[in-house]
Amino acid sequence: MAMTLHIDIVSAEGHLYTGQGQMVYAPAVMGEIGIAPRHTPLLTRLKPGDVRVDPGNNQPQQHFYVSGGMIEVQPFKVTILADTGIRASDLDEAAAQEAKRRAEDALANQQADIDMAKAQVELAEAVAQLKVINQLRDTR
Amino acid sequence: MAGAKEIRTKIASIKSTQKITRAMEMVAAAKMRKAQDRMQASRPYAEKIAQVIGHVAAANPEYKHAFMTPRSEIKRIGYIIVSSDRGLCGGLNSNLFRHLIKEIKDLQAEGKELVYCTIGSKALGFFRRVGGNVMAQTSHLGDAPRIEDLVGTVKVMLDAYVQGEVDEIRLAYNTFVNTMTQQPTVDQLVPLAPGADAAELKHHWDYIYEPDAQVVLDNLLTAYIESVSYQAVVENGACEQSARMIAMKSATDNAGDLINELQLIYNKARQAAITQEISEIVGGAAAIAN
Repeated sequence: MAMTLHIDIVSAEGHLYTGQGQMVYAPAVMGEIGIAPRHTPLLTRLKPGDVRVDPGNNQPQQHFYVSGGMIEVQPFKVTILADTGIRASDLDEAAAQEAKRRAEDALANQQADIDMAKAQVELAEAVAQLKVINQLRDTR
Repeated sequence: MAGAKEIRTKIASIKSTQKITRAMEMVAAAKMRKAQDRMQASRPYAEKIAQVIGHVAAANPEYKHAFMTPRSEIKRIGYIIVSSDRGLCGGLNSNLFRHLIKEIKDLQAEGKELVYCTIGSKALGFFRRVGGNVMAQTSHLGDAPRIEDLVGTVKVMLDAYVQGEVDEIRLAYNTFVNTMTQQPTVDQLVPLAPGADAAELKHHWDYIYEPDAQVVLDNLLTAYIESVSYQAVVENGACEQSARMIAMKSATDNAGDLINELQLIYNKARQAAITQEISEIVGGAAAIAN
């Protein structure tokens, strides 16, 4: 029998996913990482993006959007602590487009009263959400 | 009709009290649902992050955060106490305080100094009454508390820890067992205690940290402290609403019993008065006939 990982994905708003899987892909701050069973212990931050779980047995991959957070890897256990997480299929493309446009507007007219750092974070999140939606559409 | 009028006014006043307690019961029941949902939504995150923290405490990182190293001598202990803002919720707060008082007395007997941070106005009122060094307080967080409103108070305590003013921080709150039962709980918040499953990870090991240990651990610990204190507050909120619902339900029931009893007394008094009147009339008529 193939080795599997126990995967837990939780966000501050609730529980997202618990299950066995063969591989997890997550957007770590230093670049995307793929985790297979027997991975060495790892602790790192996540940036906004797409978390994919490969359940094995030729099941389709599961997509999740996270807006940042932490990932803890133990040899047979992966815990993803997302700041906010959404099942990718629940992502709203129109809302993401709108958020992207708003963030770009905010960046374009840089007035003193607009918080630059915040706008940049919002833009990054919106772009990441759109990316996840596009990927999800391609796989369908 | 001795006292019949008094009894009637009494019944009317109890009835209006009953109306109020019934309304409060229903409000509490509605709020309880929301409070429980809130508690359940954030529970998985709190549990998982506690698990991760347990692993981290059992690891042997090259960078030791101040929160991860237990002090050799514990002189001052800080308590963060979560209570409700309002009363009329049964023994919820008093149970917690009774539990605390016992602990506080034991610690003081050992010669330890204690300082407090309070969340919710009942805890502040309590320490005003019994005396105690309250470093910071926050209250009136509302039904949907936000993490941002809590962190200030919690940070006062954490800063005191980092500066060596306190050597241990504990968190006291009510855990929600079910609607009928709330359990006063005191947890050690800082320094971190190794998790329950630490035994299976006994050998010397450490994580790979990206980008580096300090950044990752600082981030993780902040998230952990925030999550734990938020969880304590929402859990206490759910406890408060369910305790209030139960308290108001029994108050409504008691008022009903009281009304029944008074009604009986009233009827008896009325009947006695009528009987007396009749016998007076009969007596009077007999006197005239003679």
